[in-house]
Amino acid sequence: MSVEQKVKEIIMDELGVDEAAVVPEASFINDLGADSLATVELVMKFEDEFDIKIEEDEAEKITTVGSAIDFIKKQLGE
Amino acid sequence: MKRRVVVTGMGVFTELGTDVEGFYNNLLNGVSGISTIERFDTAEMSVKIAGEIKNFDPEKYFEKNEAKRLDRFTQYALIAAESAIKDCGLDLNSVDRDRFAVITASGIGGMETWQSNYKVMLEKGPRRVSPLFIPMMISDIAAGRISMKWDLKGPNYSVTSACASSGHAIGTAFRTIQYGDADFAICGGAEAVITDLAIAGFANMKALSTRNDEPQKASRPFDKDRDGFVMGEGSGMLILEEYEHAVKRGAKIYAEMAGIGFSGDAKDIVAPDPEGNGAKRAMLAAVADAGIKPEDIDHINTHGTSTPTGDCAETAGIKLAFGEHAYKIAINSTKSMTGHLLGAAGAIELIGTIKAVQTDTVHPTINLDNQDLPACDLNYTPNKFINRTVKYAISNTFGFGGHNASILVKKFEG
Repeated sequence: MSVEQKVKEIIMDELGVDEAAVVPEASFINDLGADSLATVELVMKFEDEFDIKIEEDEAEKITTVGSAIDFIKKQLGE
Repeated sequence: MKRRVVVTGMGVFTELGTDVEGFYNNLLNGVSGISTIERFDTAEMSVKIAGEIKNFDPEKYFEKNEAKRLDRFTQYALIAAESAIKDCGLDLNSVDRDRFAVITASGIGGMETWQSNYKVMLEKGPRRVSPLFIPMMISDIAAGRISMKWDLKGPNYSVTSACASSGHAIGTAFRTIQYGDADFAICGGAEAVITDLAIAGFANMKALSTRNDEPQKASRPFDKDRDGFVMGEGSGMLILEEYEHAVKRGAKIYAEMAGIGFSGDAKDIVAPDPEGNGAKRAMLAAVADAGIKPEDIDHINTHGTSTPTGDCAETAGIKLAFGEHAYKIAINSTKSMTGHLLGAAGAIELIGTIKAVQTDTVHPTINLDNQDLPACDLNYTPNKFINRTVKYAISNTFGFGGHNASILVKKFEG
């Protein structure tokens, strides 16, 4: 599975949203209904699923679907 | 100037019923909700029974990703709250939501969440502890979640006084409306501590019945052979409403809130004052608050836990408070059927008490085969419900720490 697809599936599962809504520019809080802690949970889930470490200052920048995909790809050296 | 307050909605979520009518019918018919624990392995446990809610599927009530962000006790609270809100027939869009209070109770809070996160920390380290651990576990979160779900913006908090918690929550909600800080309140309690750690803790206090081979006979308040309480779980919620508002909208009124009495034993961490002085003071304070005489009380729904000391102490307190009249009061214990719902006990038992006042029936205390004489010598409505006029009734709740709360309700007569 591609990184894009895996990230999308994690987001769909964690936030309970449809695939159609999970577009690169979608903001977790403003568009996908995440509350103040759901983004923290998402980042932890990314760490688990991709076996990477996301530092706090980096995690704060991951606010949209696209930014998550870009960051994780970079971490994985893709 | 104190305002009148009436009960216009009720909701329960228990093993004995998920609607008030079904729940009360089971109480009248003496149905026990106690069974063998299935949720965890009890092989090493001295206690293997509880009033466990079987076949609970949170996804029947919540979206999957919502359910996993709510501890079980908050799930129960939200389900009972939804029933109570529906039952009261209030169109929330027609009321000022700033005037709607939410005052809930839980004796312990999110025990399952606490345990599962501690396990994660031991196994995977602190970085893997859920950011939701704290906001799922804290006992006030049910009040917060109820306010968010229905956009209720009046006074909002929770009360903790162990097994008296929902008595205090409901009493405080009553005061909140009486003194004009809100016009409506959803109040009650929720508890979900049928977990291995909690059962082990209560069992090691010697507080729980070990009648494992006869679960339905284990909770037997005021009976000679009682050997402790049986853990229950679930939630009860009530809608309290300012009297004029309720009458004006033609609301169904179950009963009137008449008085509350709170007191402290100041004796022991878990044992009640054996003389029942704290219980007496709570009941008499409620009678005084209602502006009636002790002789006016027709019915007392006791705390009646089925512990050897508790039932004697409460009986002593009732006799201290009411003297000879104590023998004329129809007394019962809901816990004989539901087990002890700790911080939700006061709420579901007040619902039973209100149904008594509304329908002139008193549900039985089941398993009362040999009354524990001479200490427990009152009329505890053994094994069969009775019909009798109930104009004024008290529901008692007492908690570890010596917290006593008595709630007095009155038949609604306009």
